[in-house]
Amino acid sequence: MKILVLIKQVPDSTTNVKIRPDGEDIDRAGVKMVVNPFDEFAIELAVQLREKRGDVASITALTAGPATAAEALRTALAIGADDAIHLQDAAFEKLDEIQTAAVIAAVVRGENYDLIVRGKQEIDLDSGQLGPALAEMLDIPHVGAATKLDMAADGKSLVANRRIEGADEIVEARLPALLTIEKGLVECRYPSLPNLMKAKKKPVRTITSGDVAGFAGIVGSVGGTEIHKFEPPPQRPPGKVLKGDASETVPQLVKLLREEAKAI
Amino acid sequence: MNNDIPVFAEQRGDRLHSSVPQVVTAAKALAGQTGGKVIGLVVGATAGAADALDKTGVDQIVTVADASLANYNALRYRSALAGAISQLQPRVVLLPATFMGRDLAPRVAARLKLGCATDVIGLGIGGNGGLDVKRPVYNGKAFCHVTFPTGKTAIASVRPNTFPASTGPGGAPRSAIAFTASPGDDRATTREIAKTGGAVKDVTEADIIVSGGRAMKAEENFKIIYELAAELDAAVGASRAACDAGYQPHTRQVGLTGKTVTPKLYVACGVSGAIQHLAGMRGSKVIVAINTDPEAPMVKVADYAIIDDLFKVVPLLTQEVRKLKAH
Repeated sequence: MKILVLIKQVPDSTTNVKIRPDGEDIDRAGVKMVVNPFDEFAIELAVQLREKRGDVASITALTAGPATAAEALRTALAIGADDAIHLQDAAFEKLDEIQTAAVIAAVVRGENYDLIVRGKQEIDLDSGQLGPALAEMLDIPHVGAATKLDMAADGKSLVANRRIEGADEIVEARLPALLTIEKGLVECRYPSLPNLMKAKKKPVRTITSGDVAGFAGIVGSVGGTEIHKFEPPPQRPPGKVLKGDASETVPQLVKLLREEAKAI
Repeated sequence: MNNDIPVFAEQRGDRLHSSVPQVVTAAKALAGQTGGKVIGLVVGATAGAADALDKTGVDQIVTVADASLANYNALRYRSALAGAISQLQPRVVLLPATFMGRDLAPRVAARLKLGCATDVIGLGIGGNGGLDVKRPVYNGKAFCHVTFPTGKTAIASVRPNTFPASTGPGGAPRSAIAFTASPGDDRATTREIAKTGGAVKDVTEADIIVSGGRAMKAEENFKIIYELAAELDAAVGASRAACDAGYQPHTRQVGLTGKTVTPKLYVACGVSGAIQHLAGMRGSKVIVAINTDPEAPMVKVADYAIIDDLFKVVPLLTQEVRKLKAH
């Protein structure tokens, strides 16, 4: 079984987001970049499958991002991926998710991965489009936001649970297939120091737009959305702090929620 | 391409999802700009959800019904929805940004080579005639606009509880589009819908959430949170600290690596308000903080705060709400 893990490098979740004066992006100066936490689950899942099963031949990590995203690939290699693919070109940076999926599909189509894994969404743009879009481009089934996974012993199919409103949807899919991972499916390990050292020796293949046959035609025919005008969220009006004994503040709160906020 | 706005009328077991009437509101405003009709699009085993859909004020109802569409299935549903879009050739297609809509919209967009934006909170037609939407990024720490190319259909999923529900007199004309499966649609099957959590609602589907943080100190102490939640018909949420400590399962976690929620009321009990937690719930309409620390970030964002011991306040609050309901 060949496994491909898609990862994205994103600002750390504790980042205080500041918007650039021109409003066209956030200010990235000094922002700590990490592997998207949901994609870390995807790497971990791939490594656990290898540990549990005898049939995982390779785990490849792939990212599309600037030169600094190589650090995210190193993390994936240190956790247990064997090799990595880095789509790195200024021409990739303004692509939307559907276009990015089309480019990744063009790169990986001939590789015949049996299982492709990805986090359920990226914690920067929160779009969650890449997984389902790539599955469609490759014409394979996908299961989105999986919380539980059972691979068949013969490696030909999987059964995954995905959380829906008050229930679990239990989906069976034949491989090759794509999974996006929800928190809770696996617990992530920290890469050990020896593994971090070993990761430096693992192969990383860099792909530019020139390496993607028919690049202009591929991105010109799909998607095409653009992101503009970042703005801060609206300020919430100052709140009321209720003071006094609970025997007074609690009835006061209920009254306010009922009469002023009309929330109960 | 015409100026119509189809809305994917999500249903499960013929029950229309509660967010569909909200998406119809967004679609109507947009149709006012394009001059087109709002079409409610039912995909399912039957047209059973059409009656409820008719009460939302859509101008027209189109059904794609087939026995194989009884349960949601990403492959069959993308075939059904992409087929309908190809026939209808509309300007914009809207879906609710639910578990189903989030899963389906990008796949359909990729199939038809269209642009897609997920979880949008504002929509309009831009100066160039293309769709222009606003959506939260960085988990609500910022918003951005997404603009669409003109000349092809735009797809967007709309965040639940952003728009009020639309109602209408009913009587919309109905028609059907035949379902054509695609080769390979049988590679995935939904085996079962297994109910989870019993009577307790999921945080993503509740109008009210009562949430507990690290200050709950132990799993058994969540009993008072569940009692208040039961009285308010609310879901129970928890902070990452509370989940990591094992007080609650991660499925109840609100925040950046948990669920993003936008309820009408969020009651945070002993949740200090770490930045990653605030990111997951700051879109809530009304926020209540119960905390001993007046400087806690949650107290700063709250509409109403009680600076006191939650173990004293929460049981009293349960009593007061019970009294209110008895009247």
